[in-house]
Formats: sequence, structure tokens, C-alpha cells
Amino acid sequence: MCYAIPGKIIKIMNDNATIDYDGVTKVANISLVENPKLGDYVLVHAGFAIEILNKKNAEESINAIKNQIKITDGLEK
Amino acid sequence: MNKEYLSRLHVAQIKENAKLIRRDITLMEICGGHTNTIMKYGIRDILPKNIRLISGPGCPVCVSSQYDIDCMIRLAEEGIPVATYGDMLKVPGSSATLEKIKAKTGNVFEIYSAEEVIKLKEKYLDIIFFGVGFETTAPMTAYLLENQICVYSVHKLVPPAIKALLSGEVRIDGFINPGHVSTIIGVEPYKEFKIPQVVAGFEPEQILRAINLLTQLIKNKQNIVVNGYTEVVKDSGNLKAQQFLKKHFKISDSEWRGLGKIPLSGLEVRNDKLNAKIKYAKIISKVPIPKKTACRCGEVLKGIIEPKQCPLYKKTCTPTNPKGACMVSAEGSCAISYNYDG
Repeated sequence: MCYAIPGKIIKIMNDNATIDYDGVTKVANISLVENPKLGDYVLVHAGFAIEILNKKNAEESINAIKNQIKITDGLEK
Repeated sequence: MNKEYLSRLHVAQIKENAKLIRRDITLMEICGGHTNTIMKYGIRDILPKNIRLISGPGCPVCVSSQYDIDCMIRLAEEGIPVATYGDMLKVPGSSATLEKIKAKTGNVFEIYSAEEVIKLKEKYLDIIFFGVGFETTAPMTAYLLENQICVYSVHKLVPPAIKALLSGEVRIDGFINPGHVSTIIGVEPYKEFKIPQVVAGFEPEQILRAINLLTQLIKNKQNIVVNGYTEVVKDSGNLKAQQFLKKHFKISDSEWRGLGKIPLSGLEVRNDKLNAKIKYAKIISKVPIPKKTACRCGEVLKGIIEPKQCPLYKKTCTPTNPKGACMVSAEGSCAISYNYDG
């Protein structure tokens, strides 16, 4: 239940923002983080951003998720 | 350095540390997300024999008490619209599940984001949100309270559970502390516990990093907490979310499945008018105390037994027909064991 995934803010609409999760976009609430800006990477849990991440760490984390998906796909084939 | 190389380095250092520790040690991962990574990547199998990993009460669906589940089912049966996160619908109550009530009445709603409840309130004015989760998820419920949604809170706090485990029957030498709970609360609340602790992320390399750090702390007899997830967790946590929690919740005693009542381990709604336990006290008072069953979830949650030791595991209790909460959630020890350990 405590899972959270990183994504990039590509549009801000008051308390909400469109988040790009490596190609998939979804709206999340950004009212729980301080001064979110366009282009920031955020960690999103249950539809809410819970922390702003630095770009390098976020990109590393996104790559790690992609690798895990590859491994899981490999196991299922 | 790439993560595969780092992982190999961690394993080599863990082996060195294990030799120097010269005794059996038990490390507990508190978060169900950590348990999932550990089982999925076979981390237990690559550790030296004297390092044992056990799972703790880190699945909020699993630790919610049977009585609270029964209360929510009763409210839904009475026709009150209920919204909650998906896994809660499948947790068996004494007589039914919220999923069954949903099929019968259509007034139970499965949501992904708390914001969906605000939209549901436009149509269902008296909707209740069944607020479940640790410190990571509680701020979203606080957001609903800010928006005048009535809440039945079973939100729980991790540090009091650590305290309870330390005085329990299983000897624990170190804790892998939950990464996203710590994103909200920071590192400070763990400092009162004089035992090695490392806050960890959820990738295999981050878990191995935490075990490496824990073995170093044990070897050096350092009873401190280390932030091993600095990629995300600030030592002070998310202050804005913490303020939001304080505004809408008061800390109260809370009943945990398996651990019993833990003092000051829960979050109760401050505003009585938005507290479903007060608003619907008459209905709730008629809910009987649940009977004990053969399910041994409670002992699994405390790390006393492994899922395989429960007599119901894989016999009458499976993910498609769970008898206990630990088999319901993707973060439940029994469901994880079923998926990865055969």
C-alpha cells in the first residue's frame, strides 16, 4: 500500500498536475509538497505527490523500474 | 557505479560482516514492499546462514483489526455508502467482505486516489471514507477531512509498532525501516529506539545496501538509525504533510491485528462531526467482538511464524479465497510467500 512511483510534472492546474510516468500521463494532487514546479520530478503515492526528487535520482529510479519490468516480463515468458 | 556492481559489492561486504559478527542475527523488514522485493529477488537465499530476515507488520491491510473490518461491513450493510482502497474490499470480515456487499448493494466504492471520494460525494452525500494505511497514506485522508468528508480512520503509526515489537517475544537485532513512511515522518521518530535501523528504498540494490549497513552497525555495536534512502527521504521528512496530519488527526491507542492494542499508535479524526466512529456510534455498538479463528496472521505479523507454518496456508487459504488478511494484500506476507516461495 505504501508503493510510490516517480514521474515528471508537465502541467500544473492549481492543486493538481499532469504527471508523465515515462510516457503514460495521469493527474495527481500536488498540494502536499512545497513549491512544485513544471519539470520537477515527484514521487506519487495513491494519486498524491509526497516528495520532490532530484532529477538524477528520479531518472535512475525510473530506469530501475523499467529493468524490473523487463526481468518480470522475462520470467513470465 | 551501476546497480548490479553495487549489489555484488553489498553481498561481499555482508558476508565479511557476518563472519565478524560471529552469531546468528535476525533482521526485520517492516514494510510489505520490502518483503515483496526480498522474496521476488531471492535475497534471503543469498545471505550468509547466520543472517535471518523476517517480515514484520508492514502491511496496513493486514494489521487492520477484524473488529474494524466488521464495523465497516455493518455500516455498508446498513446502506451507508463506503469508499476505500481496493485491497480492503477483499479482507474477510466475520460474516462477509466489502466486495460481497458491493455486489449486493452497489454502495461500496473502490478508489485509487482519495480525490475520487470528493467526486463521489457529489452523488452520495453521506459517503464514508474507510481510511487505512500508515503515515504514507494518512495525509491523503487528511486532505479528505479538509474537504469535509466523513472518515472511519484505522490509520496506524510505525514507530509505536517498533516499540511494541522490541518488547515482544522475538529477538530482533536490527530493523529495515520503511522508505515511504519515512518520506513523510523523516528519521527523527526512530531515534528513541536503541537498536540498529536503516531506512531503505525498494529496489534490490537498496535492500542489499540496507542489510550491508545494518550488519556494519551490528558489527560495530552502533545502536543508531541511518538514512539509507537519501534519494527520497529527507531527515526531517515532509513537513507540509506532517502539519496536515496534525491539523486533522489526534494520536490515539489503536488495535492491531496480531499485536493487540498498542498505546498511541493510531490516528483518530479530530473533528467529531467528521468522525464516522462517533457519527454512527449506535450502529457500531451493535457489532460483536469477532470470534477467534484458526488463521495465524497475528503470529505471522510479529515474525513468530512463517506463512507456511499456518495450518490454513495454501490449503483453505489462497489469494483467490483468502481466510486471513495477510493473504489478501500484495504486501501481505502470506500472499507474497504464496507468489514467490511456492
